[in-house]
Amino acid sequence: MAEITTLADAVAEMVHDGDEVALEGFTHLIPFAAGHEIIRQRRRHLTLVRLTPDVIFDQMIGMGCANRLIFSWGGNPGVGSLHRFREAIEHGWPSPLEIEEHTHGGMANRYLAGASGLPMALVRSYTGTGLPAVTRQVATVRCPFTGRALTALAALNPDVAIIHAQQADREGNVQLWGIIGVQREAVLAARRSIITVEEIVDVLEPRPGAVILPAWVIGAVTLAPRGAAPSYAHGYYERDNTFYQAWDAISRERVTFLEWMDEHVLDTARR
Amino acid sequence: MTPTPLDRVATWTAEEMMTVAAARQLTDGLVCFVGIGLPSTAANLARMTNAPRLVLVYESGTIGSKPRQLPLSIGDGELAETADAIVSVPEIFNLWLQAGRIDLGFLGAAQLDRFANLNTTIIGDYAQPKVRLPGSGGAPEIAAFCRRVIVVLRQSPRTFVDRLDFVTSVGHGDGEGDRGRLGLPGEGPAMIITDLGLLQPDPLTRELVLTHTHPGVDVDEVRAATGWDLMVAEPVRCTDPPTVEELTTLRSLQRGRDPT
Repeated sequence: MAEITTLADAVAEMVHDGDEVALEGFTHLIPFAAGHEIIRQRRRHLTLVRLTPDVIFDQMIGMGCANRLIFSWGGNPGVGSLHRFREAIEHGWPSPLEIEEHTHGGMANRYLAGASGLPMALVRSYTGTGLPAVTRQVATVRCPFTGRALTALAALNPDVAIIHAQQADREGNVQLWGIIGVQREAVLAARRSIITVEEIVDVLEPRPGAVILPAWVIGAVTLAPRGAAPSYAHGYYERDNTFYQAWDAISRERVTFLEWMDEHVLDTARR
Repeated sequence: MTPTPLDRVATWTAEEMMTVAAARQLTDGLVCFVGIGLPSTAANLARMTNAPRLVLVYESGTIGSKPRQLPLSIGDGELAETADAIVSVPEIFNLWLQAGRIDLGFLGAAQLDRFANLNTTIIGDYAQPKVRLPGSGGAPEIAAFCRRVIVVLRQSPRTFVDRLDFVTSVGHGDGEGDRGRLGLPGEGPAMIITDLGLLQPDPLTRELVLTHTHPGVDVDEVRAATGWDLMVAEPVRCTDPPTVEELTTLRSLQRGRDPT
């Protein structure tokens, strides 16, 4: 049953050094506040999991939280490279980063398998690409009914999944809407989960196309207004495209990156 | 940003020529899987000119988006607010893309080879890359499952290479019959649009053939920008220059996007 608690307590209790931690939100509802809390609590040796590593993983990798990354697309959407992600892979700074890479469809299906209690997912892609040679979680199997060759992918079952949503009620039931991404699958695939929300309301009013996660499948719910900024929360605030563009210059050099993190994330007194 | 005076539409940039050429491939009513950047610009240009009923599908799960301004990312709120339906990421990849419901997909790449296989993963060695690129995203699925694929990229010896550093997305594999052997249902890349011209796969061998050069470009220039011995159609045609309507619509779309 979801416990309504603070973000600091939720991270302290549920995210441990060495854990496999998924933070999901497909360009929408990216859990920035939770990622920053993990940075502040100085978690180390995490395996970070996310389809689109994006700016939040750039920050976590650059601050030394991770030594392994499971992903499918590592860029700053519409802008260009993730400089901290690239520097970790190309130059091992601040520490070497081992990678396990897939496709978006592959990652989505690995979460779906993990959430469905299956050891593997089946897809028709990956054949002919370079991925099977560099990614161990890929194999070819034969369909017992048609004899057709299919690609099998190991299920994903992270230790913790963290997502951001628009609303929770006082029981800890959660509702999110707009672009729903792969958040439901990530939460249901994980052993533990933290959901940050824009607001806690008396009654969840049904929204078209919403995903509802009942309190009893969630570990902790915490209030984090603007917790997805600079990404956006549909119905609450817009994506800060200017920040995504500014991140390119901030993150390009180690010094400017560390200064920015110090001022905007680590130094809570000045926030 | 200074607005472009109408009397300057007689000239255009290479980027504009590529975008217009891409938009012209989009016939009305087509279901099109769109990535961000030039493909999204081209698809929205087509929607405002020759293909008002074009169906735009973005990998963030928005189906039938009709953005009033160009999005910066594939998950912009504008795409969700104007969509006919929003589905989850597993659903968009399984029920819509893998199941073969998309007519046309657009892809870009850092490297392309003579069979239109694409690399967006690394430059150099995989374990010790010289440049780490973003990786697969949904490109391998788009390349595998869309009925047809159009690739848009600038042409130079660095992008048009004899051998890819990594095969991220399969075009025509090693040539004739290879897609079938790999179990890839779509027809694969049907056209490559570059800043210099248009290339299409040979119907038999599937090797790319230069079919068009853009206005002012000659064939030797295209050969020099290709890292293999390029096949050239006889005769090579010239791409129609962008029309005033295409250019003015495109420029007003792009002015609307500039966030500053």
